[in-house]
Amino acid sequence: MNLLEIENLSISFGGVKAVDDVSFVVEEGSVYAIIGPNGAGKSTIFNLLSRFYEPLSGQLNFAGNDLLELRAKDIARLGIARTFQNLELFEHASVLQNLLVGRHVHNSQSWWRQVLFTSSVIEAELEHRRKVEEVIDFLELAHYRNQMISGLPYGVRKKIELARALCIEPKLLLLDEPSSGLNPEETEEMGFWIEDIRRDLNMTVVLIEHDMSLVAEVSDRVLAIVDGKVVTEGDHTFVQSHPEVVSAYLGDVQ
Amino acid sequence: MRILFKTNYKQDLNLAKHGGHRFWYGLLILVLFAAPLILGGYYIGEATRILIYAMAGLGLMVLTGFTGQVSLGHAAFLAIGAYTNAWFLAQGFSSFVALPMAALLSMIGGLLVAIPAARMSGIYLAIATLAFAIIVEDFAGHLNSITGGNRGMMVDVPTLFGYQIWESWELYLFVLSILVVATLAVLNILRSPLGRAMIAVRDSEVSSQALGVNPMKIKVFAFTVSAAITGLAGAFLAHYMSFLTPQIFGILLSIQLLLMIVLGGLGTVHGVFFGAVLIGVLETGISIAKDTLPSSIGGLPGIEPFVFGVILISVIVFEPTGIYGRWIKIRSYMEFFPIYRRKSFKRQRTYLKTERLR
Ligand SMILES: Nc1ncnc2c1ncn2[C@@H]1O[C@H](COP(=O)(O)OP(=O)(O)OP(=O)(O)O)[C@@H](O)[C@H]1O
Ligand SMILES: [Mg+2]
Repeated sequence: MNLLEIENLSISFGGVKAVDDVSFVVEEGSVYAIIGPNGAGKSTIFNLLSRFYEPLSGQLNFAGNDLLELRAKDIARLGIARTFQNLELFEHASVLQNLLVGRHVHNSQSWWRQVLFTSSVIEAELEHRRKVEEVIDFLELAHYRNQMISGLPYGVRKKIELARALCIEPKLLLLDEPSSGLNPEETEEMGFWIEDIRRDLNMTVVLIEHDMSLVAEVSDRVLAIVDGKVVTEGDHTFVQSHPEVVSAYLGDVQ
Repeated sequence: MRILFKTNYKQDLNLAKHGGHRFWYGLLILVLFAAPLILGGYYIGEATRILIYAMAGLGLMVLTGFTGQVSLGHAAFLAIGAYTNAWFLAQGFSSFVALPMAALLSMIGGLLVAIPAARMSGIYLAIATLAFAIIVEDFAGHLNSITGGNRGMMVDVPTLFGYQIWESWELYLFVLSILVVATLAVLNILRSPLGRAMIAVRDSEVSSQALGVNPMKIKVFAFTVSAAITGLAGAFLAHYMSFLTPQIFGILLSIQLLLMIVLGGLGTVHGVFFGAVLIGVLETGISIAKDTLPSSIGGLPGIEPFVFGVILISVIVFEPTGIYGRWIKIRSYMEFFPIYRRKSFKRQRTYLKTERLR
């Protein structure tokens, strides 16, 4: 069954078509990778899914919901979580607080109960905390729990952003370059986690990635885009050997 | 150095995290309530002023410190609270009616600003709130029948259960009680989903949305709570002043409030109190200095804004985290002595944030 369906999606910025007639589907329970050189339009696809940008044309369908009818703040509640290429953590808050914001969609306490901090709020808070602790255990973040984000190194922040997305308990996880800025060991670790997330947490994953060995390791299907257009789609060996992908990447290296 | 053994998550929800907290904050509150037994009328008056500043600062901190929305016009809410309170008392209502009405009307004012302002940020928001404050000040000057216009307005003393509060120590206790309640309410918000959402909106509006937070709603909520608390502070300010003129609520007061929370430490409740004490003591100090210094210096106009400005700039340059930040450093220096390392509070390199979404 298809969890995510994207049809003929286009957007342009000042005349430049950043995403040009892109269509693809993501099957439930799979790991789907998007590759392409810098400026290909990969992150823009995520930002369209998050409803940060209004597309010029196209359809976005998630588990029977038309995303174009929704606003950015409604997306998480449907079960779509994401990370950002340049990290968007809450800098002046603790790791725990950051992760608890991930539980926001599961909060149902009225504002006045929160002001009075009634017993029902306490109950709910304890439940959120238990869920957050599960994620902390899963990603081995216990050591950082009470530290401020602003004092943490990059690799740890990256993990925390992933953890925060997991706290939503989403059906679909969008990861924008999960391995960028990580050293080889951390990248390998990231690969294991992505597999665990799919297998143990039953989430569907779409990732944007430059590291081809990570793509090969975790993904079921790969989409290659160049200049906003789909070049090819298939399994990773097929996509990686496609002449246009090869030339786009070699061109990128020069 | 204290090592905390936590046995359940509930401990983290408590306001006082351990016995030491409970003891020191308990003692502080006790001393504050007992202060009228020790201090004379003059000092109790000064202390009342500091408490009122703290209440107003608490309101502003909710908006600026925790939600990241800079307001240059919080004096407007003080004005609305002050005049509403005075008017209802003048009509013969008791403080039980006048105070909630002061909070309510101020809250409505907050809503009026919030709905357009929630779409703005940074300098635009600052200008919009400034404009609002100017409008309110202007209104106060022209609504002669309610505010007495520029001639001013006498404020009746507070009444509770038919009892009139005349003594300065009574007013002090009244303000202190309400301040304790307001502080508890803010602390509750901060340990709830709403408080976390406020911080999320402050630190990254984009990712707060991706996590299901509605920044618009959160900003409006913060504005309303902020206005209500500041309105209450205004109501008490009216009693402290006992005579209201629109000039009290000028731009300088708004700036002073902002200065207070920045000096104290943005984004902390402690900062509110540190800031209020500092500003309160400074004001007293300046007015004493004015009287004792030769009039060629003491009589110079604009000496207060000058001193405040110098202090603000030095804090921003030398201690951006405010007095509370400095206090934390001193405290951990003592706790960890002799193994304290300066580096503990060094920030990691911050990562480029320019291409925000790309
Ligand atoms: N908000 C925006 N305003 C203007 N142009 C934009 C905006 N967002 C993206 N673009 C442009 O759209 C194109 C695609 O950008 P995008 O960030 O999607 O690339 P990418 O594939 O994620 O690249 P990278 O690998 O460098 O992250 C680029 O040319 C970029 O400059
Ligand atoms: Mg990108």
